[in-house]
Amino acid sequence: MAIATDDPSAIAARPVTGPDPRGRRRLAVALLGVAALGLPFVASGYHLFQFSQVLIYAIALLGLNLLTGYNGQISLGHGAFYAIGAYTTAILETRFGAPYWATIPPAGALCFAAGFLFGLPALRLGGLYLALATFALAIATPQLLNFKAFDAWTGGVQGLQLGKPHAPLGLPLTPDQWLYLLCLACAAALFWAAANLVRGRVGRAIVAIRDHPIAAEAMGVNISFYKAMCFGVSALYAGVAGALGAIVVGFVSPDSFGLPLSLSFLVGVVVGGLASVWGVLFGALFIEFVPNYADQLSDLFGESAKALPGAIYGVLLIALMAAMPTGVAGAARSARPLVSRLFSRAKRA
Amino acid sequence: MISRRNLLQAGAVSAAALALGSRPSLAANAPGITDAEIKIGQTMPYSGPASAYGVIGKADVAYFKMINEMGGVNGRKLNLISLDDGYSPPKAVEQIRRLVEQEQVAFIFNSLGTPSNFAIRPYLTENKVPQLFVASGAAMWNDPKNFPWTMGWQPNYQTEAHIFGKQILATKPDAKIGVLYQNDAFGKDYLIGLKDGLGADHAGLIVKEASYEVSEPTVDSQIVTLQGSGADVLLIAATPKFAAQAIRKTFDIGWTPVRYMTDVAQSIASVMKPAGPEKSKGVITALYGKDPTDARWKDDAGFKEYTAFIAKYMSPADLIDANAVYGFGVAATMVQALKQCGNDLSRENVMRQAANIKDLELPMGLPGMKINTSPDNFAPIRQEQLASFNGESWSPFGELLQG
Repeated sequence: MAIATDDPSAIAARPVTGPDPRGRRRLAVALLGVAALGLPFVASGYHLFQFSQVLIYAIALLGLNLLTGYNGQISLGHGAFYAIGAYTTAILETRFGAPYWATIPPAGALCFAAGFLFGLPALRLGGLYLALATFALAIATPQLLNFKAFDAWTGGVQGLQLGKPHAPLGLPLTPDQWLYLLCLACAAALFWAAANLVRGRVGRAIVAIRDHPIAAEAMGVNISFYKAMCFGVSALYAGVAGALGAIVVGFVSPDSFGLPLSLSFLVGVVVGGLASVWGVLFGALFIEFVPNYADQLSDLFGESAKALPGAIYGVLLIALMAAMPTGVAGAARSARPLVSRLFSRAKRA
Repeated sequence: MISRRNLLQAGAVSAAALALGSRPSLAANAPGITDAEIKIGQTMPYSGPASAYGVIGKADVAYFKMINEMGGVNGRKLNLISLDDGYSPPKAVEQIRRLVEQEQVAFIFNSLGTPSNFAIRPYLTENKVPQLFVASGAAMWNDPKNFPWTMGWQPNYQTEAHIFGKQILATKPDAKIGVLYQNDAFGKDYLIGLKDGLGADHAGLIVKEASYEVSEPTVDSQIVTLQGSGADVLLIAATPKFAAQAIRKTFDIGWTPVRYMTDVAQSIASVMKPAGPEKSKGVITALYGKDPTDARWKDDAGFKEYTAFIAKYMSPADLIDANAVYGFGVAATMVQALKQCGNDLSRENVMRQAANIKDLELPMGLPGMKINTSPDNFAPIRQEQLASFNGESWSPFGELLQG
């Protein structure tokens, strides 16, 4: 899997003997692809809606992971870029009558520009200071969307309603199936791009900046350019995710993009595993499904325990991080040598 | 020869057979209904920024529990599935789809929040699922022509501001009005209602509008600005914390306009007392329910019914919570509509009966306040009564007014 490429210890730990890891990786990707493509024909509309959300979150998390996991810049404000993407789609669709699919590229482009520009001043801020600056972004966004002067565009606190897209070309698909496949196609393309990006020269450069900026600069890496660029690409991912989110949910409002959204992105990245392309899928599954389970679990404590979902979510999160401190991807990484040792022992026996 | 009587008899028999025979098909038309149960769905912000409203959901569930212990509605128990949406519209859409598609609820009852309900309305309309007694004071839930499956409950903000506008015209035709409003749908609806109540000819009476954001620490500067405009009537369209600040500030700077205040902020315990009983004397509001912190209801039969309910089914701290009163009233309205449905619990009939409530009086409603709905009126509570604060409680004056 691609996740190990930036981690020298993992490379060292990879068994020299045993089955070809490249082939195994291809097999895993193929199986995942078949399962993802088959899902719309077995799952109900509601579950497809949920899995569309998972894919959308996965795209946003992937963007955040490029920034935080690979480049080491902490962002608490990716909900803001997600919101910009969503509102770009909503405004283009409701105010300019653009077809929904045509709004995704401008949403991504606008967020890239916004992220790049935000990344420039952010260059001067490191670590926690950057976290605070992005935190401010997350807090300011819902209020800006609510701002009176923008009402004519944003619909104010009421938000904007979008039409429900139907499958094109008369394909025999329900809207839910079509939207899921649309999200899947976008996610596949963006995952492929990210996997290539982190494997190549650019990926090595941004990881080098994270690990040792001075050494990276000495090797000729243009730090400010790469950092701002990384911010831009990361925002682009969040923006595309936001655009898809607006299309799937069919509604945007300032309340949709509050601080909890930005925080849940960070939770998702950490749960999935920092500096991992595939780990974000688990992070997305976590932030989509675990709050629901927390709500259901809190019902076990009786009807009066309705205030508990937040607490149970917190307990589950702590338990998971205690069991897998480096996230799901990290756990998988450290489990791999163990598993292959088990296999080779079994073969010998 | 077939006599007229035979024909009638035959008709009656076949009609009866049809009626009997149609029972299974009726059930098919009514998801979430069995002989023993009516399954109802709801989303509530149990977590997140608006979690204080979660008490409404708890009160709804508790009220239905009480009804179930008394034998249910026409022999069926009420099963309310109340899910957390964290006040996030996308989450609300997801949870509503779960309720409709997975849990197969009969209808949605009292989901909370203007944006969330706005977000789920197209889906529910498209699938012809009743969205009943929406917990939001926006005016848009009373639109039976375009949205025949959605109905509000409480007096909407426009209705109330409309009443205030008319009252101002009647008592002070040359008033100079200053408005303090929260910069969101609630505050803006209020402005619309006020202008509507004043009418086009008198809209010029509003000399100054000042808005505030929920995130601001105080509204002191807005009050000073409004005073500077020379207004002699102040309309406070604010949520409790800010309303208390506004009342105190007007008094402290020696400004004495006639102060009208939204019913959202009429709690004696959480607004009037913190503002100071002396400072809040003379504030005028519009009431539709009984304030549980108002001493004058101490021996009232409806209030006793409410305290008994809280004592048995809720926690004591909920007694003075306006949200518990709200849940107590809206759940009772729902039970009334379901009683009227009889055995036909199809979605169409639930909607028809919800739109056919006649003169329902609630235990915690103001004496004489009646709930009425009809196919072209989806605003169940439209009556309010003006009341002024005497330092201890609200003293009502005038007639029940219709907005």
